[in-house]
Amino acid sequence: MKGNPIWEVFIRSKNGLEHRHVGSLHAEDAKMAMENARDVYTRRQEGVSIWVVESKNITASNPSENGEMFDPAKDKAYRHPTFYDLPDELEHI
Amino acid sequence: MENKHKSLIDYLLILGDNSLILGHRLSELCGHGPSLETDIALTNISLDLFGQVRSYFQYAAELTGGEATEDTIAMKRVDREYRHTWLVEQSNKDFAYVIGRQFLFDAFHLPLLEQLVNSKDEMIAAIAAKSIKESRYHLRFSSSWMERLGDGTQESHQRMQNAVNDLYPFTYEFFEETATEKMMLEAGIGADLKSIETIYRQTIKDVFAKANLEIPDTPARKTDGKKGIHSEQLGFILAELQYMQRAYPNMSW
Repeated sequence: MKGNPIWEVFIRSKNGLEHRHVGSLHAEDAKMAMENARDVYTRRQEGVSIWVVESKNITASNPSENGEMFDPAKDKAYRHPTFYDLPDELEHI
Repeated sequence: MENKHKSLIDYLLILGDNSLILGHRLSELCGHGPSLETDIALTNISLDLFGQVRSYFQYAAELTGGEATEDTIAMKRVDREYRHTWLVEQSNKDFAYVIGRQFLFDAFHLPLLEQLVNSKDEMIAAIAAKSIKESRYHLRFSSSWMERLGDGTQESHQRMQNAVNDLYPFTYEFFEETATEKMMLEAGIGADLKSIETIYRQTIKDVFAKANLEIPDTPARKTDGKKGIHSEQLGFILAELQYMQRAYPNMSW
């Protein structure tokens, strides 16, 4: 036993969609993490594909650096594509 | 009045009662699993087994006729009328016992269902076809835990070995053919226990080797669960399982 580390679980709800983070769990190894993910997160038909990754392998942004990381985007509304007039004939936008 | 389907009903009970009693044993762990993950995994297995029981008992009720329903069959029999093997009524002594009992059952259950999908009885074949994927996952779950505990720490190894030492002698009962099972095999409805036993012992050998566990050489326990003779454990199980129907006869939601 290696200390029962935490794993992050990603589920693809149906083919064509992306995997989305759904939560985390404890497991000894990748195989157990996969089985636990199946049992905990797909028992109501939530998915058709599962990814698990040990949490320590994820590099996360540091909340104390949120200022320099995210604040500069706040006053740059022009980056949103909301100022364009789209012709009525254009579909699926 | 003798029901012309008596043997078939009897066979459905032999098939269903193992899942009913094991499902009940697992349900006792709901909220008590050693971790959230194993708690929910074992409860899932319990629900799978109860789902299979419902199919068998709905069919048995239809053949029985009269007032019989899946509930009367599950809840209103007396102990001598239950037909499960002794293995599945063994208590949840510790997690190793839960896993050992599950594995020793799953390794039997999967090849049993693999034969029953070819049953001449269409309903049994359909129930088996639906159950087989569930059972395949159960075996995958229980054998991987056998390996983890058996090949884990010194303590987990010792506990797993103790559990299988106690439980293994009950496994011989699966393969002791009753008159009903013989009749159903000859009719093309039931499974051939001899060929299942060959597969069973091989699965045991493979998984025990990977799990670094020794196959106990203790002799078979002489048990007659399939004929309705049970250990004292069943009384406690039925006291809980049947409480509502006994205390409030014919109650409904």
